[in-house]
Amino acid sequence: MWSQIVEEWPRFATYYNFIFIAKAAGMTLGLSALGCILGTLIGLALAVTRVTRSPWLRPLRILALLFTEVFRRVPFLVTLMLCFFAFQATGFDIPLFVVAAVSVTVIAGAFLAEIIRGGFRSVHQNQWEAAATMNFSLLDTIRLVILPQAWRIVLPPAFGYFVMFIKDTALASQIGVIELTYVGKVLNNKGFSAALSFGVILIVYFAISYPLARLGTLLEARLASSRHHRA
Amino acid sequence: MSYTLQFGQIWPFLPRLLEGAVVSLQIAVLAFCGGLLIGTVCAGVRSFGPRWLARIVGLYVVFFTNTPQLVQIYFLYFALPDMGILLSSFMAVVIGMTLNAGAYLTEIQRAGFESRRASEMEAAEVMGFSRIQQIRYVILPHVARVLFPPLSNQFIIVTLGTSMAAVFGVEELTGEAFNINAQTFRSIEIFSVTAGIYVVLTLAASVGLALLGRAVFRARTELI
Amino acid sequence: MHHLDITGLEARYGEHTVLSGIDLTVGRADVIGLIGPSGSGKSTILRVLMGLLPPVGGTVKLDGTAVNYADAAQVRRLRERIAIVFQQYNLFQNMSVLENVCVAPVKIKKRPRREVEEEARALLAKVGLGDKLKRYPDELSGGQQQRVAIVRALALHPEILLLDEVTAALDPELVSEVLDTIRLLAKEGMTMLIVSHEMAFIREVASRVVFMAGGRIVETGAPAQIFDAPVEARTQDFVSKILRH
Ligand SMILES: Nc1ncnc2c1ncn2[C@@H]1O[C@H](COP(=O)(O)OP(=O)(O)OP(=O)(O)O)[C@@H](O)[C@H]1O
Ligand SMILES: [Mg+2]
Repeated sequence: MWSQIVEEWPRFATYYNFIFIAKAAGMTLGLSALGCILGTLIGLALAVTRVTRSPWLRPLRILALLFTEVFRRVPFLVTLMLCFFAFQATGFDIPLFVVAAVSVTVIAGAFLAEIIRGGFRSVHQNQWEAAATMNFSLLDTIRLVILPQAWRIVLPPAFGYFVMFIKDTALASQIGVIELTYVGKVLNNKGFSAALSFGVILIVYFAISYPLARLGTLLEARLASSRHHRA
Repeated sequence: MSYTLQFGQIWPFLPRLLEGAVVSLQIAVLAFCGGLLIGTVCAGVRSFGPRWLARIVGLYVVFFTNTPQLVQIYFLYFALPDMGILLSSFMAVVIGMTLNAGAYLTEIQRAGFESRRASEMEAAEVMGFSRIQQIRYVILPHVARVLFPPLSNQFIIVTLGTSMAAVFGVEELTGEAFNINAQTFRSIEIFSVTAGIYVVLTLAASVGLALLGRAVFRARTELI
Repeated sequence: MHHLDITGLEARYGEHTVLSGIDLTVGRADVIGLIGPSGSGKSTILRVLMGLLPPVGGTVKLDGTAVNYADAAQVRRLRERIAIVFQQYNLFQNMSVLENVCVAPVKIKKRPRREVEEEARALLAKVGLGDKLKRYPDELSGGQQQRVAIVRALALHPEILLLDEVTAALDPELVSEVLDTIRLLAKEGMTMLIVSHEMAFIREVASRVVFMAGGRIVETGAPAQIFDAPVEARTQDFVSKILRH
């Protein structure tokens, strides 16, 4: 294997391939980042919906519950296919990147909704009650009192999911999004050995994921050690 | 172009999907059990083993948890034949998923082992327990109780992960969905039903595991 | 017309009935002292009045108008007129002392920040916290947090103030300070319900004392009557025990 890689390497290590891989890495990162940012917004909306009390909003609460429970229990590949075919059925020509981004957003939304809800629940009940007796609306309570206290609980696992999504987006290669895994397949098809093509791709993933994972651990330790509740 | 949902057409294919679901579960159980074995040994090495071995295990964990499972399996499936090792797609998927699960399960169990210190203090207070009795009656039950919820959770993750076997042509649940889709082109219907089966499957697994955990380990797991 | 008129009030936590048949009338500028053993339901009455625990029976009338606790708009209007100081203070952990006091008047009642802050500073200085404006609740002692909570409630300009164990965490010097504040408020015509274990304090400040046990009102009367000549055996028992130490 080694001799083969050594032999292929000069042909492999071209400027063109380097740019190809770098662009794909950008796509992988962009897809995960976009999915997680939009997913955070959706997750927040879902989490807020689930802590409402009004009887009229009950159907909405049930929908939010179903969304979070279902999309945390469907494999990413299946969600991706559903989005792919659903967009295809609309008849519009929608870029593959958008299809993949929507899939990531949906799943990230479901997972982050649970994380954020956990954060809400970590804030003591008496904070909710104090706000209620002073006529804070639900949104004011969350904005002024709960989120400033919950974000320390939410941030480490949310960041962990972000790092996980970087790896999960590998499946976007299946619908033809030109991200890292897709590029690995292309290089392999171009005649480079699988060990070299996928080996390089694995290393690039590692180079992206590992520092971020370490950063996440550091962040968690930081937040845990400063036990002040201040924002 | 307008697409009308026609679920009627795909019901005859339901048995095939369910057969696929059985294969999915088989892969999940194989990978999870294999991963549990690897994870237990590796966690033991990391917590109690010699430094150099713990280092190697650490590298294994860090590498597998920071790269995508899909690409790991690609590597196994396409690169190993060059070295004279031919794997069936099923085997490549099972081995890849086992190694991947093993890495995550090492991390989970190491955290569990580390939490044993508190219970050892408790054990010390229980007068007249031998070391073996301490392990048998205090430490093991404690570790099991702490570990059960994250392990159940990992089983669900592994089950969902089996879906990428379809990429390699394994005829598990998602693979069957691809096959049926190629025959009928009722894509949205097929993949919704497939999604539904995954939801039912993992929900049943969650509830079953939570009940088991409550009964056997007094683990505090939420049902949903 | 009574300021607050409670009849047949009943409340439950799940299946567990914690208040039953509570009848209580509170006149304008009355200061009611609520006493009773731990777990007798004193805090629960205050929580029900604030709409934190919906009653399962009975009525609460505010200025003669019955309050429907199932109606969010009515509860909101009620909360514009009644403020509570919680037994556990319930200060916002993410806000400084000053922000705790100002947040509701500024952000919810939309009063000008300058005016609110000026008032808050004055009130905080009055209770001896003038130098703690920028501190956070987890940097304050229990007694200091308590005083912030009182000021926070006062900054809402309530007609009725509910105080749950306000003197529990205060040293004797401060008790007299809080006592002065409360006496002043009473003189200014504020209606108050005060839960306290501090019998001397209740005797001093209350116009009427209510003794509770087991989720019911056992006896109501003037402080002198309840403390010196209680009628009910249950009250006699409680008073004799509590006055002995
Ligand atoms: N959140 C709750 N859930 C269930 N039961 C509760 C809850 N809060 C209070 N209770 C019960 O309601 C009863 C009355 O409690 P409450 O807090 O009103 O007592 P209290 O008179 O204020 O006591 P203390 O003097 O200790 O503050 C008690 O039996 C208590 O166990
Ligand atoms: Mg109380």
